[in-house]
This record gives sequence, structure tokens and C-alpha cells, in this order.
Amino acid sequence: MSNPITKYLPFFTDAEVPHTVSARPDTGLYSAKLGIWLFLASEVMLFGGLFSAYIFLRLGAEPGYWPAGLLNVPVGTMNTAILIVSSITVVMAWAALKMRQLGKYKLYMLVTIVCGLIFLTVKLSYEWPAKFNHFGVFIKKEEASKYEEFLGNKHLKDTGQSPRWEISGHLLDAPKGSHYAHQAEHNAEHFAHETGRHDAVTPAEDDYVIQLDAVNANPSDKENDRPHFWPVPTSTKLAVIKASDVESASVFAPRHSTYFATYFLITGLHGLHVLGGIIVFLYLWLPFRGGTQLYKTNPEHLANRVEIAGLFWHFVDLVWIFVFPIFYLL
Amino acid sequence: MSLKAFHLVFILVSILFSAGMALWAFKTGASDGLGLGCSAASVLMAVYCVRFVIKSKSIIT
Repeated sequence: MSNPITKYLPFFTDAEVPHTVSARPDTGLYSAKLGIWLFLASEVMLFGGLFSAYIFLRLGAEPGYWPAGLLNVPVGTMNTAILIVSSITVVMAWAALKMRQLGKYKLYMLVTIVCGLIFLTVKLSYEWPAKFNHFGVFIKKEEASKYEEFLGNKHLKDTGQSPRWEISGHLLDAPKGSHYAHQAEHNAEHFAHETGRHDAVTPAEDDYVIQLDAVNANPSDKENDRPHFWPVPTSTKLAVIKASDVESASVFAPRHSTYFATYFLITGLHGLHVLGGIIVFLYLWLPFRGGTQLYKTNPEHLANRVEIAGLFWHFVDLVWIFVFPIFYLL
Repeated sequence: MSLKAFHLVFILVSILFSAGMALWAFKTGASDGLGLGCSAASVLMAVYCVRFVIKSKSIIT
């Protein structure tokens, strides 16, 4: 039976591809290794550009407009640990192939794939959705004094900290015609169910009602001046904010602020790289011609493929080691 | 650079990251438990790093 690839795409031939196992005499590397390092060099430029953009945007941000402490640090820490473990298991999978232990290779590769899937699942089903249900309003500076009890700028000034212009929490009521009316209605029902209070919806049609985050519920509390590892629960205190006093209002989505725009861009791009790595690992793990079937005919070639995929995976994990502290901790 | 060498670089960066996070946790008062956990993780990874170098000598060139 003829090869369907060469039949329909005649420029592909069945010719032997050179230097898949042996090193090229001119470079001293097998071809794929040179290829992956050229690719990783382009990736360094891609992520390097984004990190540079982040640094300049952060340095140029007006005081009080760069949020902090809004991400879930324990979840981020767990995801970081998962990626570090997956880097160890991918090296073990490669070493197992070098020792011609197919069973161990399959096991370690499976663990690597599962780690990658856990990382993506946590990100897409927990971390990101939690942000899309969190709401923040930036108060106009000239109206900020009206909301001092929620902003605590006197305390921040006295302690030499940047001012605060945002009031955040869960939206319980939104001005008429707002995009967030449905979400507010859902949150208000939940709030009433949890607390037995039904005062979250105001008769005024141009008010935002927010169930406050701890930082806005007690803005002068010294406990709020330091970062917290474990997320502090939302308080039951409510703030009513007039729409005319609001500069901008949004859930914690890219439109909320430059911080969240860069957060979603960089973590989203990183997530796509993790997905790409998982697909390649699955191909090498399943009994495809280029996957574990290759072990029967040329185990060293399979080991080289795993090494290449492993180099990519290490790069992706290394990027996360930089992403995590700059977004979650600093 | 082989996967072995890149893995060593990655583990060294992870050790530095873990130590940095421990420092952050202690200095800011975010969580002493986290600080201790990250310190322990740094030590464990350093031990792993040494063991990896020794063991991989005979397996991976």
C-alpha cells in the first residue's frame, strides 16, 4: 500500500531523513536539536518582548492604578510545583528510553502529561473564571473623598503608601442597562441565600452595589497593608457607589486594567504553549508510527524526539518560573 | 545544550525561585508556613540536583 502522504503531497518522499540520530559533522548536533534551539531563541524574543512590555507598563503606571494581591497565590504555587515535577518526570522518561526501558518511559511520560493537564484545568476552570466573577470600580479622583471609608487614602498617606482608587468585590447590583446586570442578579441571589440579607438591590437605577473585598471593607486595618498567602474572604459589608462617580468599572478581565490585560495575554500565551507540549507528548506516548512504535525500529530516534520535546517543555516551565513571581507575588 | 544540561539549569533556577519565595514570605509576613515550605523545597531540589548529576553520569552522556 502506498504512503498516503507521498501520494497526495508528492514533494514529501520516502527518502531517509539524515541526522535524526547521528550528529551532523558540521554542527556536532543531530538536526532536530539545532532546530529546537533556533525555535527556542525565537521564543525567548517573543516572551522577552512581553516581559519588557510588562516592566515598562508597570514602571509607568500612575500610583494606585497597578493592582496587587488580586491573584490566588496558593493555587499559583501549586501550579508552579506541578510544572517543576513535570520537568523532572520528562527527564526521567528520556533517561528510561536511553536505558531501553519502555515501560518506565510510558509511566513517566503519562505522569508528565497528567501534570500538564492539571495545570491547564486549574487555570481554565478555576483561576480565570474566578477573575471573571470579581468586580472593580475605579473612583474618579475628585469624588474619592466621598468613598474614604472604603478607600482609606488617609491611612495610606500616613503610612507612606500609594493611594487607592479602586473598590472591588462581588457586584450585587448594577446601573440600568449595564453589561453586568445578569451577573449582579445572580450574585445578589447568592448573597441573600448566604447571609439572609435582601438589602443588596437598591431602588436607585444608577448605583453599583458591591460586596466588598476585605481590603475595602477595612481599608485602614494594618493587616491589609501586607500581602496574604491565603486569600482573605470577601466581607459581608456593602458599598453603594453612584455611577456618575465612577471612572471605569469592569470584572477582572483584560479590559479592567493594564495589569489584567498583560496577565491574561502572558498566561494565555503560556497556556497555549503548555497545550502544545501536551499534544506532542501524547503523540510520543501513544502507539503512532512516530511515537512508541518507533521504539521497535529505532529506539535512539524516539529518545531524541523525547529530548527535543523535553527541551521545549523545560523552556515553557522556565517561562512560568518568571511569570509566577511577577504577577502573583510582586 | 542537551536536555541534561538544560534540566540542571532549570533546577538551579527553581532553587533560586524557591529560596526567593521563602524570603518573600518571611520578609512580608505573608505566611511563615509558606516560608518554611519553600526553604524545604529549595533544600530538596538541591539534594535532587546533586543526585541527578551523579546518577546521570553513567546513563546520559
